[in-house]
Amino acid sequence: MAVELIRDKWVNKVNTLKLGSGMEEGGSRSSTLTVGGVSTLPYLFSDGQMPHRPVIAMEILDTKPPDWPKALSEPFNGVLDNPVEWAKKCVNEYKAEVLCLKLQSTHPDFGDASPDKAASTVKAILGAVGVPLIILGSGNDEKDNLVLPKCSEAAKGENCLFGDATQENYKTLTASCLADGHSIIAESPIDINIAKQVNILISDMGFPLEKIAINPTIGALGYGMEYAYSIMERARLAALAGDKMLSMPFICFVGFEAWRAKEAKTPQAEHPEWGPEVERGLMWEVITATSMLLCGADILVMRHPKAISIVNQTIDKLMKK
Amino acid sequence: MALSGLDIYKHLPKTNCKECGFPTCLAFAMQLAAKKVDLSKCPRITEAGKAALDSASRPPIKLVSIGKDDQKLEVGNETVMFRHEETFYHPTGLGFLIEDTLTSDEVSQKVSSINKLKFERVGQEIKVDLIALKCASSNKETFVELVKRVSSQTDLGLVLMSDNPEVMKEGLDIVKDRRPLIYAADKDNFEKMAELAKERSLPLAVKAQTLDELAVLVEKITARGVEDLVLDCEDKDLPKKIQELTQVRKLALKKTFRPLGYPTIAITASTCPYQEVTEAASYVAKYASIVIMKGVEPWQVLPILTLRQNIFTDPQKPLQVEAKVYEVGQVSDKSPVLVTTNFSLSYYSVESEVESSRVGAYIIASFAEGLSVLTAWAAEKFTAETIAKTLNECGIKDKVSHKEVIIPGYVAVLSAPLEEESGWKVKVGPKEAAGIPSYLRSLKNS
Repeated sequence: MAVELIRDKWVNKVNTLKLGSGMEEGGSRSSTLTVGGVSTLPYLFSDGQMPHRPVIAMEILDTKPPDWPKALSEPFNGVLDNPVEWAKKCVNEYKAEVLCLKLQSTHPDFGDASPDKAASTVKAILGAVGVPLIILGSGNDEKDNLVLPKCSEAAKGENCLFGDATQENYKTLTASCLADGHSIIAESPIDINIAKQVNILISDMGFPLEKIAINPTIGALGYGMEYAYSIMERARLAALAGDKMLSMPFICFVGFEAWRAKEAKTPQAEHPEWGPEVERGLMWEVITATSMLLCGADILVMRHPKAISIVNQTIDKLMKK
Repeated sequence: MALSGLDIYKHLPKTNCKECGFPTCLAFAMQLAAKKVDLSKCPRITEAGKAALDSASRPPIKLVSIGKDDQKLEVGNETVMFRHEETFYHPTGLGFLIEDTLTSDEVSQKVSSINKLKFERVGQEIKVDLIALKCASSNKETFVELVKRVSSQTDLGLVLMSDNPEVMKEGLDIVKDRRPLIYAADKDNFEKMAELAKERSLPLAVKAQTLDELAVLVEKITARGVEDLVLDCEDKDLPKKIQELTQVRKLALKKTFRPLGYPTIAITASTCPYQEVTEAASYVAKYASIVIMKGVEPWQVLPILTLRQNIFTDPQKPLQVEAKVYEVGQVSDKSPVLVTTNFSLSYYSVESEVESSRVGAYIIASFAEGLSVLTAWAAEKFTAETIAKTLNECGIKDKVSHKEVIIPGYVAVLSAPLEEESGWKVKVGPKEAAGIPSYLRSLKNS
């Protein structure tokens, strides 16, 4: 019996987003990457294409992270208080394809480092490694509006991905990214309507839709992951059905969420039935990442080098047509 | 496909006898279509009419049960492709492979590890469902010994795996009362496997390389009177497998394609213990009704069970905890009082952080229809009025000698109105649960 398969016919595809600029485009990156461009629900290759593989960005902080469990900080021993060395280790030793720098130290509660200091860190990292850079503020709106324009200027022409623009705070960052040729992350709190709204607000300032990535805000496995999962499925369905204001690649902050989970941090002594914490922490990050891939993630920001290597292998398997 | 009232009406006696409790047969048909009454209320339905309505009203994906009593696993009967469209109803059954080439000690050890795979998360017990016993030795005796050994050591549901009907029969004779799944009928053995399943009224897995072959095989087997089937589209690359699992679900739901209207089973192929977990996770998210894996380590299984719990949570009905006062750790009448909503994720995040702070405290889960703090606040379900009412009525006043309450940092704006409304002194806690331990400790030291 010939079973007549049901093929979804989509009318639209997700935008492609380029990370980094090489010499010929006015930047200095020795490698660049492209994400997005999908014209099917995740990994259904008989319905459409996924021309670009999802990528994993390795997260680094510009200050020693105070709350990382031992299993997570161990691979970075000796470089955690030096973002440039940390960046080099990620690229040279752990083969990171993209780095995501969080300017944590600029937060008033975590050191209140100056905008100039942050900009010089960005410059130093761009000089030390050749991969594309994602640059995040500290999450303090007022301070980010001082810090990020300086960093944007310092990275002019490098086509970094800057974040996060929110519904309440998008103007300063959008203007900087527009002036200096960067892409932007539009953040929304697990809400498809706000996701769309932020994209509209940013594009109303003349910012090209093709240079926006959606941060839908995710939860870790077991901590509200399913909300993001469904929001991403809905947004992607809308994009494929033609909604240009939701046709952006997704960026998911997997490492940040997964390593806050109790299951990722708690020593075996406290929960013997959970087994050894090293593997458990890894797998919490890995399965949070896998879940996000299955609902359409294009960029995963992750932390543990081994978790990254496991998920990269899974991506290879998923992309095998 | 759901029948309309008129479709149903055609098969009713049209006597308008009113014995069903409705004025006309048409009215009864409308109620049937809305699934508000059962066909058995009609005393005059003909056998032919009953048969027609039964088969037409069968759900697009059949519900199949494996195992008995407490360990009964029900899979299938899903109604949507995406959880936001409604919900996913029957959580993926998770099982573990044991082959008869292991030594008896290895087997017992593995069974004992599998039996322990139960965890408590957000107030629910999450646990594994099945053990799959495979005849890898091609030897009847070793398989029989494995079935005997394992069935005496576990209450979990069982899957018996052999392509040889002779071997299968021996195994089934030992455990047929436990309603095991027979794995599997294929194009060469299906007649005998179907017979084994039919004689014992047991569920049968059917496997084939392509969906075309699978559909043909299913029709041949159902023609032999076996209806409790589970489909396997065999070893393939991960995306191919995801595509086929998706097609099976889609054909059943969108086209009511009966030959594929059954639950599915996926067996992991990965040899790497990490990749096996991501493979199993992919099948849980993408439509496998049963997943059989090899690894039994808690770090492999807990993430899969948690993923299953997430994916199968009803998006319309967030998990709730009972709205009341909870005591965490050693409490006294001086212990701090924290308030959050009765959304289970909010409550359990607070609870686990209070626990790890080692400061005894009371947590009040204030009724907010199971919404999280910010959502409930925005929807006016978590307001100065509702919190004040909770403080007054939940009995906390008899448990503590002070009148100080800690509210979540995200609703700091409620401080003043809540003080006014309740007469309690309001302290603003951290925004995220993760900040609770240091907050409570600093509170204790001040």
